[in-house]
Amino acid sequence: MPNMSLKKNEMPSQDPNVRNKNFKEVALGYTKEQAMDEAARCLNCKNKPCVTGCPVQIDIPAFVQEVAAGNFEAAYEIISRSSALPAVCGRVCPQESQCEGKCVRGIKGEPVAIGRLERFVADYHNENCKTKPVKPESNGKKVAIIGSGPSGLTCAGDLAKKGYDVTIFEALHLAGGVLVYGIPEFRLPKAIVQKEIDGLKDLGVKVETNMVIGKVLSIDELIEEYGFEAVFIGSGAGLPRFMNIPGENLKGVYSANEFLTRVNLMKAYKDDSCTPIMKAKRVAVVGGGNVAMDAARSAKRLGAEEVYIVYRRSKDELPARAEEVEHAEEEGIIFKLLTNPVEILANEEKFVGGIRCLEMELGEPDASGRRRPVEKAGSEFDIPVDCVIMSIGTSPNPLIKSTTKGLETQKWGGIIVDEATGLTSREGVYAGGDAVTGAATVILAMGAGKTAAASIDEYLSNK
Amino acid sequence: MYKILRRKELNPTVTLLDIEAPLIAKKAEPGQFIILRVDDEGERIPLTIADFDREAGWVRIIFQIVGGTTEKLNHIMEGEYIHDFVGPLGVPTHVEGLKKVAVVGGGVGCAIAFPIAKKLHEMGAEVHSVVGFRNKDLVILEGDFNAVSDKMMLMTDDGSHGQKGLVTNALKELIEAGNKYDEVIVIGPLIMMKFVCALTKEYGIKTTVSMNPIMIDGTGMCGGCRLTVGGETKFACVDGPDFDGHLVDFDEAMERGSMYKPFERHAHDEACNLFKKEVQ
Repeated sequence: MPNMSLKKNEMPSQDPNVRNKNFKEVALGYTKEQAMDEAARCLNCKNKPCVTGCPVQIDIPAFVQEVAAGNFEAAYEIISRSSALPAVCGRVCPQESQCEGKCVRGIKGEPVAIGRLERFVADYHNENCKTKPVKPESNGKKVAIIGSGPSGLTCAGDLAKKGYDVTIFEALHLAGGVLVYGIPEFRLPKAIVQKEIDGLKDLGVKVETNMVIGKVLSIDELIEEYGFEAVFIGSGAGLPRFMNIPGENLKGVYSANEFLTRVNLMKAYKDDSCTPIMKAKRVAVVGGGNVAMDAARSAKRLGAEEVYIVYRRSKDELPARAEEVEHAEEEGIIFKLLTNPVEILANEEKFVGGIRCLEMELGEPDASGRRRPVEKAGSEFDIPVDCVIMSIGTSPNPLIKSTTKGLETQKWGGIIVDEATGLTSREGVYAGGDAVTGAATVILAMGAGKTAAASIDEYLSNK
Repeated sequence: MYKILRRKELNPTVTLLDIEAPLIAKKAEPGQFIILRVDDEGERIPLTIADFDREAGWVRIIFQIVGGTTEKLNHIMEGEYIHDFVGPLGVPTHVEGLKKVAVVGGGVGCAIAFPIAKKLHEMGAEVHSVVGFRNKDLVILEGDFNAVSDKMMLMTDDGSHGQKGLVTNALKELIEAGNKYDEVIVIGPLIMMKFVCALTKEYGIKTTVSMNPIMIDGTGMCGGCRLTVGGETKFACVDGPDFDGHLVDFDEAMERGSMYKPFERHAHDEACNLFKKEVQ
């Protein structure tokens, strides 16, 4: 008999007032008993609506049934047929709008906690499985992957499993892309990312760090001089946007990318780190996405007394996942909604002294379907802060485009691809993830990496 | 890991390293920079390329000890390795078509000015080099500059070597003597570049400066290196490091450069104390 409880098993978590002072993982994960109890809530429906909500089409009911029966390794086996990074996705996927959003249990009550179960299965496997994946027999065909974020790792994994000789080129000194420089430790422990990358290395994938493709080597050189027969571009959307308001270049104004890179990649949160970071007392984060929540919660953990999210629309329009917003609220982040910054104010030492804002109200829906924020006349007010973090989005880095002959891009920089295959305007060159879509989610990037891997396999098999 | 092939102390606070990096050496051009990390826990610091040998496969950096990382870097010896070395980053200095150029270097900035002077010399341009240092003990690359310059003026603040005075005094003298430069290229402390630009603006001579702000990734990802140039925000790592000196907001750049001063001083002292302990 299925477990007919209307509520999900709650996720054991660190207490908000404890966790907002440390960088350890917030959610602690289900126990075996909780996982099996939760899995028993799945009705194992025939038409599997959850699978249609998953960008990589994991056979969700099948793995959940294995969890319910206590066969955790079998569950892992099912997930890993479709997903290269289950421990990552179980943590950062927006399940509420994907698999769980389609779960029939969600019609009356809460959906099955598919994400939490995926995480449980991946963690169980990582803790208990000591056998290393077997390196498949090589087919001798070389594929280059540009960027080691979620799309690149997925594409690399799928191709390596098919016997391709895969090399990942990463610009930074550490592989993982946004999983290591962007998403904080308390949401995605870096040891988990490292484990996934080590797993790829066991499959024979080579990872070349410190390789800025477009500078040290071009894509054309990789093909013509180094013998790569296909290339996948997964270089992400790393170029930060600013608001172009007065005071944005004052000391104490960061892009979210800079702030999070210092904290995550460069470990500024550790006491003995040699990376400088401002330990501000009052911080304003401008923006309402997941990155803004990450920045705000990181600032709080670095010791800030007051951290504001400054967002120009209302709570309903916040682009961040509901769970992230909830976590931020629990940890004491203050939401200044319907508020738009117009100027960053300086103190006497030319550091940030405050942020001048206008109150907004919602008007008619705009092109995005969200109601357009309109300034309220005469509503100007100042918030005293000593640090401002701009988290209003990123665009694709132009480096690859400007150094690759015949690679077509959108006006805003996104690489143009055929959606069904990931093929760019260049033969043998594929792309996916944020480099194509602009800033989106980990799982969408993984889906694109998967699509491209299948296309590359087909292309090289017929070549 | 990247091997140190040669190490030479140029003066008590400035050291030269030739680092084995054949791929970077193959592509490097004057004006570009690299980013390095000394060890696995280290911060990323940008340093402009001082020279390179495409055949031998090395890239030269010359650095001044200012903080914890440069202190650590100064303790890596010949035959030892640094953890990360990435480049060549940034846009090369634009030298095509230049016939007569004044290259102005200040302090350790001369290390960056030299490969530009060398390239111009190899192209057949007339090169006038003006290099300035605080005193005799801090002079670097005098012979190197001499070898590639049609005219050379070495200045020290205290007159202990070369002529007494600032690079601006020497440059003004050269301009006043009737030298018509296609361009002045100036690399050194921000305050020096600011004053050279003020001078060349008076004479209407195009002036290029090389900016070296705080940076992390060096690929346009963080925006930490942003500057205001002609009223627009530019990233030094991808739009520069060279900019039209008459358009750069130097006062803002100086402010931004001081953001972590107290942290740097502290980190340098910590690193020094660590090495002192090792010696004991």
